[in-house]
Amino acid sequence: MSTAPGGRADGSATVVSVKGVNKHYGPLHVLKDINLAVGKGEVVVVLGPSGSGKSTMCRTINRLETIDEGEIRVDGELLPQEGKALAKLRAEVGMVFQSFNLFANKSILENVTLGPLKVRGMKKPEAEKLALELLAKVGVANQKDKMPAQLSGGQQQRVAIARALAMRPKVMLFDEPTSALDPEMINEVLDTMISLAREGMTMIVVTHEMGFARKAADRIIFMADGQIVEESTPEEFFTNPQTDRAKDFLSKLITH
Amino acid sequence: MSGYLSLWEQYGGQMLAAFWGNIQLAFYAAVASLILGLILALMRISPVPSFRWVGTAYVNIIRNTPLTIIITFGVAVLYGVFTWQLSSDFNLNFFQIAIFGLAIYHAAFFCEAIRAGVNTVPQGQAEAARAIGLGFFPAAQNIILPQALRGAITPIGNTLISLIKNTTVVAAGSVAEVSGLMKTMIEFRPDQGILIFLTIAMFFVIVVVPVGLLTTYLSKKLAVAR
Repeated sequence: MSTAPGGRADGSATVVSVKGVNKHYGPLHVLKDINLAVGKGEVVVVLGPSGSGKSTMCRTINRLETIDEGEIRVDGELLPQEGKALAKLRAEVGMVFQSFNLFANKSILENVTLGPLKVRGMKKPEAEKLALELLAKVGVANQKDKMPAQLSGGQQQRVAIARALAMRPKVMLFDEPTSALDPEMINEVLDTMISLAREGMTMIVVTHEMGFARKAADRIIFMADGQIVEESTPEEFFTNPQTDRAKDFLSKLITH
Repeated sequence: MSGYLSLWEQYGGQMLAAFWGNIQLAFYAAVASLILGLILALMRISPVPSFRWVGTAYVNIIRNTPLTIIITFGVAVLYGVFTWQLSSDFNLNFFQIAIFGLAIYHAAFFCEAIRAGVNTVPQGQAEAARAIGLGFFPAAQNIILPQALRGAITPIGNTLISLIKNTTVVAAGSVAEVSGLMKTMIEFRPDQGILIFLTIAMFFVIVVVPVGLLTTYLSKKLAVAR
């Protein structure tokens, strides 16, 4: 199930490597011996029923969740403990949350420039230029002076993607990015993510959007009860799932 | 009425000086305790366990100690026993010890008011700040505290009101302020007892009511839209 360290079968470099990771919440074993390697430019979609640990796993990669056992490397570097080294590494990992989490006291433009200014030490004109480029790319440049609460959910989430991209991350984590959105706004966010995937961004996406998984994923990880139970191409996963858990999961999607 | 006017003739200058004393005590103590309270609040939310421990211990010890005891300790022990001299001027020294005591005491309450404000900031704001690589202080300065302080305006205002009124407690440290003067005035002019009380009570109402109005106004105006 795990890929050899240092590189992947096709020879591309490993950006994220997760090895033997275990995590408990009290008596609850939420992550059970997780092994995963994500290559440069790869789009990995993590599927699974609620409570299967997929969000938790995603959040361990920039240490928003700590782990009890195992090791996580980003671009070959072991994830540090708290402190400056961890902050530095987090800057390399973009994160998009289910609930957007735009900074409520900052304008749209300031949300995107904050990281480049405070973490990268960029000059203000340079940071604003970068931010405007990225806001234009996600299609919300005309909202730059508004406050987050004035935008729709879909717009906020696209700003959140621009905010993460402004750090020029090595990998982007998406933690159920469309789960809090009204149905008519889901596509605008998924389209942004698909174009990002086409540009070669390395992405780990936790989602319930099967259409996106089929369209954009290079690989599907299926999790249940804190374990990775299946790992295959989208084609293989959706047409010929190997495990009963995956078959059960997919059958429930289709009957609704 | 003529009795009341003669009271002003007799004590007017002292009263104004004493009122001014209370205002100065309140002002300096408020500035000092807000700064100390902010530091304590940062300690209590910091990722470092020993800082959290110190912050929690401070708040729990100081908040549960009566202010009169702290002021008496300052004057009788710090000055009386350890001959603490914050100023070479005798009266100014008591005055500064009083500010010190007021600040130490109210810092615990400001800390808790600010921490209550921090609790109004959704967890996701801190996570998003960390996710773009901001450390504890940049995240606190740019994201958490600006939102927390807006949420904490009302409890901060309440603590400020308590502080202004608690400046009368430092009479225990023989500092020239109105409640000490009130006692003297009533002793020498018992005929005006009720009016003396009303005059001094009115002074506090006049000072404190605007603080309450201002905090209500600010908490509405600065509320963070989510």
